[in-house]
Amino acid sequence: MAAAERRIIFKNIDSPGYTNDIDCYIENGGYEVLKKSFKLEQQQIKDEVKSSQLRGRGGAGFPCGMKWSFIDIKKVQKPVYLICNADESEPGTFKDRQIIHKDPHQLVEGMIISCYANNVKLAYIYIRGEFPHGARILERALNEAREKNFLGKDICGSGYDLEIYVHRGAGAYICGEETGLIESLEGKRPYPRIKPPYFPAALGLYMCPTIVNNVETLCNVKHVMDLGGEEFSKIGKPNNTGTRVLCVSGDVQKPGYYEFECGALTLGELINDICGGVRNGNGLKAVIPGGSSAKVLRAGEQYKLKEKQADGSMAEREIGLEDIPLDFDSLMGVGSMAGSGGVIVMDDTRDMVECLANISEFYAHESCGQCTPCREGSLWMKKILGRMANGQARPEDAGLLKNVADNIAGRTICAFGEACSWPVQSFVTKFRDEFESKAERKKLTTV
Amino acid sequence: MSTSQVTAEFEKQVDELVSHYPVSKRSASLPLLHLWQETFGHISDEGVDWIAEKLELQPINILELVTFYPMFRQEPVGKHHIKICRTLSCALGGADKTHACFKKRIQAEGDDHGPLTSPDNNYTVEFVECIASCGTAPVVMIDDDFYENVGEEKVDELLKKYD
Ligand SMILES: Cc1cc2nc3c(=O)[nH]c(=O)nc-3n(C[C@H](O)[C@H](O)[C@H](O)COP(=O)(O)O)c2cc1C
Ligand code: SF4
Ligand code: FES
Repeated sequence: MAAAERRIIFKNIDSPGYTNDIDCYIENGGYEVLKKSFKLEQQQIKDEVKSSQLRGRGGAGFPCGMKWSFIDIKKVQKPVYLICNADESEPGTFKDRQIIHKDPHQLVEGMIISCYANNVKLAYIYIRGEFPHGARILERALNEAREKNFLGKDICGSGYDLEIYVHRGAGAYICGEETGLIESLEGKRPYPRIKPPYFPAALGLYMCPTIVNNVETLCNVKHVMDLGGEEFSKIGKPNNTGTRVLCVSGDVQKPGYYEFECGALTLGELINDICGGVRNGNGLKAVIPGGSSAKVLRAGEQYKLKEKQADGSMAEREIGLEDIPLDFDSLMGVGSMAGSGGVIVMDDTRDMVECLANISEFYAHESCGQCTPCREGSLWMKKILGRMANGQARPEDAGLLKNVADNIAGRTICAFGEACSWPVQSFVTKFRDEFESKAERKKLTTV
Repeated sequence: MSTSQVTAEFEKQVDELVSHYPVSKRSASLPLLHLWQETFGHISDEGVDWIAEKLELQPINILELVTFYPMFRQEPVGKHHIKICRTLSCALGGADKTHACFKKRIQAEGDDHGPLTSPDNNYTVEFVECIASCGTAPVVMIDDDFYENVGEEKVDELLKKYD
């Protein structure tokens, strides 16, 4: 029996009568955690976030407390900025949109606490351009918060000042990459920056230390401060704490967003029990578990999963796709990633060449073009796959695709290089027969 | 578009937006481009020059944004802009059929990859990438409005709304 949903971030989202204005938020206990947090030293908040073991929800799963610890507010000479990454563009992901539209004050409260902890006086919410209503809702929420003195000068009598503004993107996926986002916020093309420095905490917006966190991560900060870091860390599993909002789309009966404790549920339970199974009575063929950049999982595959036991020792067990626990470490352990939480399901009527052609078209369109391997490679992968899907496949295409992808990953300025190669590498390897036989199959069906 | 059409009200909105970026005015480039496009329909050469002057930049600093960011356009589109998501989950949900149906209804012709405008200039239909609502595929945006589960059967009803 699948575990029940545990809604922390989505607690009020879609609940009857809940509205996105500040009065409703306050009636439901909103901004109490903020007031409580102002009574603490800034470092105490950072310590709580660290002990919560909260990991970023934007894609990389980087520990939030560690990211914040790169900035020592006692020593830093320059202003510190915080940016909420609300670019939500990873195909398969649709959770931040819900938070922004239906519970914006949860984000604002989490952001104010995070800003206070890091002594930030100016922060931005970078929201993708295709969320015009979302931007307006956030602007209204910020104005409401300003009226109640949760923003502005001397917030709630604490002596602390903070301004937050909404900044709209304009349709480019690469603005989600944090250094591309910063360039974009500086009014430039969103070309990701050369690393090192690896973290904007060292050099970020306007050449100052900057924290970039995802919408869901910042909402989680509020709940960390509500429960306390220790208590929060008991939700989910060690190193995979808290809940995860899973966005399920594709060939399931009941697509949608569901929130569970990290690791409380397996991929099979999610698809079969929670989402009503594969749609139209078809069988399961493949699942992309963490947004389109994550490596695909094939039905029938077996994995050796190493897991940490309660006594600290490691044990290995062999599992199938449906038994994979949905948490950061398990999905990494089976060779993919939890990524942004976007689970895309494909049934056994789907042509994997066409599915990959679709994904590759996305990446070819979105490459920023700075690095030759990514700019040229993403385009060639799209062209080859487009040709294959159009009935002109050649037997050597599978090898060619794999070769192009292998020459992108690890050779680029930003992780987009991996993001565009991983789907190609995994689809071609795991469905090799289908790619190699595409040439013959097309001939057969067109006779 | 002539800059003489820039009204006092427009200037006021511009000043408000610029005030959000106390550290660097250049950061206001994207917001000003959005405002210009919302007000005048597309980013003309005058728009580029006007914004550059306002932010004390060179016109190329603005033009390079217009040519990079997909949402900005240098040419006008139809009165209503219909954007249909083509990325994987929407494709699995039948986005191709939805696109073909819109295209037929507005009598647009041409290659599906670019924006296609109806002969009467009332509508432009265009494929776009994932707009973050993959669970309710296929997804469509018409101007600023957002529609979920748009199968072929909903196309006529939607077009009527924007008649
Ligand atoms: C190509 C690319 C696209 C990304 N898109 C997003 C995005 O849309 N939203 C997001 O929160 N993070 C995105 N990220 C991850 C960010 O770079 C960054 O790691 C994240 O915002 C940090 O927040 P977190 O630690 O709270 O997860 C993307 C990364 C890459 C490489
Ligand atoms: S990897 Fe691709 S998206 Fe990233 S900087 Fe290089 S060209 Fe741009
Ligand atoms: S794939 Fe269409 S909204 Fe995400």
